[in-house]
Amino acid sequence: MTLKSAELGEIVRIDSVGESSLKQRLLTMGLIPGTRVEILRSAPLGDPIAVRLRAYNLALRKDDAEKIEVSKVG
Amino acid sequence: MSDLSVALTGNPNTGKSTIFNELTGARQKIGNWPGVTVDKKTGLVEYKDRKIYVIDLPGTYSMNARSQEEQVVSDYFKENKPDIVVNVVDASNMARNLFLTVQLMEQGVPLIINLNMMDEAKRHGIKIDETKLEKIFGMPVTNTVGRSHDSVKVLLDVFTNTRMSNYSPSPEIQEHIAKINKIRTENNSAEKIEEEIISARYDFIDKVMAEAVTVQAADPTLSDKLDKYLANGISSLVIMFAMFYLLFQIAFNWIGQPLADLLGEFFEETLAPAATEAMASAGVADWMQSLVSDGIIVGVGSVLSFVPLIFTLFLCLSFLDGTGYMARVAFVMDPIMRRAGLSGKGIMPLIMGFGCGVPAIMGARALDTHKDRMISILVTPFLTCNAKVPILALFAVMFFPDHAANIVFAMYFVGIATAIIMAKILNVTTFKGEDSTFLLELPPYRLPDIKTVLLETWDKGKGYLIKAGTIIFAMSVLIWFLSSFNSNGMAEDESDSYLQSIGSATSVLFAPQGFDTWEAGAAVITGVLAKEAVVSTLGILYGADDISTEAEDAEETSGTLMETAMGSAFTPLSALAFMIFTQLYSPCVTALGTIKKETQSWKWMGFAFVYTCAVAWFASLIVYQGGKLLGFE
Repeated sequence: MTLKSAELGEIVRIDSVGESSLKQRLLTMGLIPGTRVEILRSAPLGDPIAVRLRAYNLALRKDDAEKIEVSKVG
Repeated sequence: MSDLSVALTGNPNTGKSTIFNELTGARQKIGNWPGVTVDKKTGLVEYKDRKIYVIDLPGTYSMNARSQEEQVVSDYFKENKPDIVVNVVDASNMARNLFLTVQLMEQGVPLIINLNMMDEAKRHGIKIDETKLEKIFGMPVTNTVGRSHDSVKVLLDVFTNTRMSNYSPSPEIQEHIAKINKIRTENNSAEKIEEEIISARYDFIDKVMAEAVTVQAADPTLSDKLDKYLANGISSLVIMFAMFYLLFQIAFNWIGQPLADLLGEFFEETLAPAATEAMASAGVADWMQSLVSDGIIVGVGSVLSFVPLIFTLFLCLSFLDGTGYMARVAFVMDPIMRRAGLSGKGIMPLIMGFGCGVPAIMGARALDTHKDRMISILVTPFLTCNAKVPILALFAVMFFPDHAANIVFAMYFVGIATAIIMAKILNVTTFKGEDSTFLLELPPYRLPDIKTVLLETWDKGKGYLIKAGTIIFAMSVLIWFLSSFNSNGMAEDESDSYLQSIGSATSVLFAPQGFDTWEAGAAVITGVLAKEAVVSTLGILYGADDISTEAEDAEETSGTLMETAMGSAFTPLSALAFMIFTQLYSPCVTALGTIKKETQSWKWMGFAFVYTCAVAWFASLIVYQGGKLLGFE
């Protein structure tokens, strides 16, 4: 599954980050394989989404979240 | 004792600027890094008879040269070897903050790790073993509590007492660097290598975190609770619009604009006549009198009268920015902005454009990408700023007495629609291929540091006064010259001046739009000086000198003007075309000066002038000719 399809409140682990112009920035911000990510909420108009990782909150667009493969934790 | 140079570096939202402001106070200088619109802040502290020069590098998450800020930081460390580098780290968010630290260490930059926001970290149940941290990096570690003056003063002792030459990278760091170097020699694509290096850095950070940091499960933070309302559901939209409304009230109704009006009045009604009188009694030549009172004083007045507005707006915005709320606004508005090819962060400058284009254009520098900044700057002038409202109100009341409010509302809509359409067009033409991305940290809510808010406001205001002010002043004097002279010397009045000749030459351009009188042409030209001038010019040229330029007085003004030749100079249709034209055409001189300052380019300023005029010309043409085809008059 992808980060986009993960449900609100769910905690997932990143498997891989797909190719995009944003890829290196995503990695730099700590979204590297193995990182635990909690889905916090989506914006009132449905997009972007807010996630929590490495003890901070980050907002990213669903289009970009779709390129991140994740699996459920536990 | 010798002087010391200190560089502050760190992630955004770490309180780095607050530390800088605490250290240097008002003794700081704001410049520009060469070639980019990134503030360069330097300051001087004297401590124990030593001069300490502090430089505040822009906040960045890394040094990969993917943004202007990162480029600046990366270049700085290539070219400079400051005595001390302080890496400001948010103690409550170390795992990501240390990325920059590790990267700096890789480049052989010796540094002091300063854990800031220690109070916040404690509240979140985070315990940091500073001795272990020192050992793992081999570098000195200190700590500060964000806004505490005393804790920042301790840093000065650290600066003067620390000998960086006593520290060298730990074996752990050396091992990490060896690992990185090995990855670089592998036979892989550049991207793959970069990705592996990023992973290696986080591996190292994970080790640091495991050894030196313990986190006890804490309750949900205040920020999480606030975000349930401020960044979630319908309440976030309601609160956001209430916030915009409040901002506008403060800036345009309560504080900023009233002060600006007072200042403007003082220049026009007190200073200018007083100067004229003084010069008349001293026997100064007529043209000189006119230059001083109608040129210089009016010019200085038009620069200064924007100052209260700019200061008030930026005071509010700096404050909001310091709280972390602006990130939520961007988060909420991103899907709407994306439709125009922009990102959520662009909403704030554009919203300001409905008040005044100048702070809106200045606000664009907060945006991430070059494309976002440029498009935002270039479409702002189409929006209905406060100065355009009197024109719209006057023409609506004069020529559409039964539908005035609807017509004004329609003009707002025309402005917004044009801005969106042009944003899209610029997106796929001039700035094609440049990305608009959205990846935004939602920092914890904090009470902003007042000193930092005030200093930021002061910098913005000062920057406007000096850079834009010069251009505005020069243009004001030029317009004065055109309206006061003709080829024989000084003109009797405007109807006999260069402005008249230029006005009638210009008016030829508007024959297809139905308003080709020289008065309209001249009003369009003085309108470039300030949009308010359109109404006052028409008043003067149609012989109704003392008309009000306030939108509230439109009814009365329109009554007066209706009795002059203006009533028959426009038909409702040509009046509509004129409204569309003035709504969309060139930004005022002040805005043009600001565009020059922000883009650092005469070319972009010229482009902004020419393309807005072209858009306005075609839009008014379509309305007039289209209207005629449909049988309107």
